[in-house]
Amino acid sequence: MRARIRTARKAMVVAAVASLGAGLLAGCADDGGGDGSSSGGGSGGSGGKTKITLGLFGTFGFEEAGLYKEYEKLHPDVDIQQTVVERNENYYPTLVNHLTTNSGLQDIQGVEVGNIAEIVKTQSAKLLDLSKYGKKGDYLEWKWQQATTEDGQTVGLGTDVGPMAICYRKDLFEKAGLPTDREEVGKLWAGDWNKLVKVGEDYKKKAPEGTTFLDSPGGLLQAILSSEKDRFYDSSGKVIYKSNPAVKAAFDLTAKAAEDGLIGNQTQFQPAWDTTIANSKFAAMSCPPWMLGYIKGKSKPEAKGKWDVAASPKSGNWGGSFLTVPKSGKNAEEAAKLAAWLTAPEQQAKLFAVQGSFPSTPAAYESDAVKSAKNEMTGDAPIGTIFAAAAKSSPVQTIGPKDQIIQQGLTDNGVILVTQGKSPKEAWDTAVKTIDNNLDQ
Amino acid sequence: MATRHDTAAPPVKEGGAAPGRPPADAEAARKKRARLSRRWQRDMRWSPYAFVSPFFLLFLAFGLFPLLYTGWASLHQVELTAPTDMSWVGLRNYTRIFDDDFFWNAAKNTLTIGIISTVPQLLMAMGLAHILNYKLRGSTFYRVVMLAPYATSIAAASLVFVLLFGRDYGMINWALNAVGIDHVDWQNDKWPSQIAVSTIIIWRWTGYNALIYLAAMQAIPQDLYESAALDGASRWRQFLHVTLPSLRPTILFTVVVSTIGASQVFGEPLLFDANKGASGGSQHQFQTLGLYLYEQGWINQHLGRASAIAWTMFLILIVIGIVNYVISRRLRASS
Repeated sequence: MRARIRTARKAMVVAAVASLGAGLLAGCADDGGGDGSSSGGGSGGSGGKTKITLGLFGTFGFEEAGLYKEYEKLHPDVDIQQTVVERNENYYPTLVNHLTTNSGLQDIQGVEVGNIAEIVKTQSAKLLDLSKYGKKGDYLEWKWQQATTEDGQTVGLGTDVGPMAICYRKDLFEKAGLPTDREEVGKLWAGDWNKLVKVGEDYKKKAPEGTTFLDSPGGLLQAILSSEKDRFYDSSGKVIYKSNPAVKAAFDLTAKAAEDGLIGNQTQFQPAWDTTIANSKFAAMSCPPWMLGYIKGKSKPEAKGKWDVAASPKSGNWGGSFLTVPKSGKNAEEAAKLAAWLTAPEQQAKLFAVQGSFPSTPAAYESDAVKSAKNEMTGDAPIGTIFAAAAKSSPVQTIGPKDQIIQQGLTDNGVILVTQGKSPKEAWDTAVKTIDNNLDQ
Repeated sequence: MATRHDTAAPPVKEGGAAPGRPPADAEAARKKRARLSRRWQRDMRWSPYAFVSPFFLLFLAFGLFPLLYTGWASLHQVELTAPTDMSWVGLRNYTRIFDDDFFWNAAKNTLTIGIISTVPQLLMAMGLAHILNYKLRGSTFYRVVMLAPYATSIAAASLVFVLLFGRDYGMINWALNAVGIDHVDWQNDKWPSQIAVSTIIIWRWTGYNALIYLAAMQAIPQDLYESAALDGASRWRQFLHVTLPSLRPTILFTVVVSTIGASQVFGEPLLFDANKGASGGSQHQFQTLGLYLYEQGWINQHLGRASAIAWTMFLILIVIGIVNYVISRRLRASS
């Protein structure tokens, strides 16, 4: 009897230790498992299908546009699954972590344009060269270049780009005595950001009560900087944002516009900013195609059709993403084929039609989906051709690994302060101090 | 240990009722018993360790190892993008903290937010507990309600507070305007933003502390109050001279716990201006140490610097702990 109790006890210990150990092992296995769930090489599984997983952030819209289903129909042996993290700030650090430890990765991982330089520079050894899968000639040259290492490996295929235009409210422009035709409006500021601010001064003279010309200092600064070829890094990879006259000029122009009260005191993408869209508190904003969707989401119904899109003073790019394929994945090759297919011109055109993500492949600009694209908010404006023109004339921008930190510092710790009553010099000093501290290793 | 195996069942003597067994057999049985007995002893001795081991194994893996690793990393320049690529910099990460304005700014903010959230919080908790200690109808209801904020997630609560404290369309500014006070920029001015962040903390923890006080108050013997009342002490005097002294250890406990909590404030300020993430406002006006650590480690990916900040915070906490200990000893000695 006693002996049995002892054995029982011992069995419990063994069981406890074993389950603990198993738990730990399972934890490890799980961690390394993103790639391990395939049954292609293993013994049986989900009907012998090759499972390809995608790790994405925000709204890529592949699933919404029905692209996975289509691919699965074309390749009956493939099963596609995605996991999506809402915000890139939460997604990216985890991705870096997983890449450095080579575990927990999905077969395909999305990367935002603000992070692509860092990925190219620090993680390219862990990523598949996709130049064999995607056709270089299909993509915008600068987009292709952004994901290519110095020794010519292309580790990411562009999904979309954010060519910029200026969206404006026809009704507010009219009340302020400005032209409303998109050609004429574009001519008002063609070629020079200073002219845009000048138009803002004209607007202010007869502005409808309670409105400003532009929405936020961050939006204007972003627009100006994105049209510059060199901004924060020079081509050798040195940080030059402090000494680059283009950056200082962009900052000063934005600060001046803020000081003169042409810009609303808002930070973009915050609830309060959303409310200014809903309440029609500003007349114009710099907007990439995806912004039209955002405006639509935040506007009241009566704003429908009151917006229009004019060319930006200078073409620039804001946003856009890439698909990368980690080498460690069991289905890396299959995944690369899928990534190439998802980013091919035909699929990008479909994505634009459904999701508004603007193609990074010029061939798609010739498709009907882009050419005939219209948007509820902007009435009959041919947004497809306007944005296509901007995309083609965007500069090949030098991007650096910490672009996002510098941009954020200039915006959130810099120009925004001018709208809160600080002098432009104080604002610049605060921004520089913050950025330098954040860059310092 | 009253029933030790070897004494509990004495071996049968030879020449008993049963037929005698050959001596060799008896020898084997003795050996077997001895072996079992040794196993039994080993079992009694080591099994408890096996039973407690899960916690300690987990602690080793997720507590001690990270602690040591952070210590090691804090002596290096190392980036999150390549954590294996470390270069030794000695104490540089620590020495530079001394003239890191952002660190001291964060430390100051942590202190001020800690004070303006902890002090009113504990006073209010005490008051609430005192009121709830009276005979009330539906007292369970009130107790549950008080715990509700604590059960709410910080994220959800902070989002609601962000809307309330909005500059242009927030309800609090609207109410201030209604009584003729100019609107306050709750997010961008230093003190308003710190007060707003503290409000979220106070809202969340007051009920929790009140329940702790209430539990302690209910353990105070009723006859103390009765005799005080006989001596003609008012309610207020009773509170001062009976309740407070009896609560001293409880108060000390809540102060210690709240201090530790306050020094690690993270979620509320992070979400209070979610778009600026961990910088705690455009001028870092409500960036706490927790946020600064997070910003350096996860946003800027400076693992070495972040580790040094983490260890400095740890040391500061130890100092606070020692101060608390000294004060509590003084208090105990004086009572």
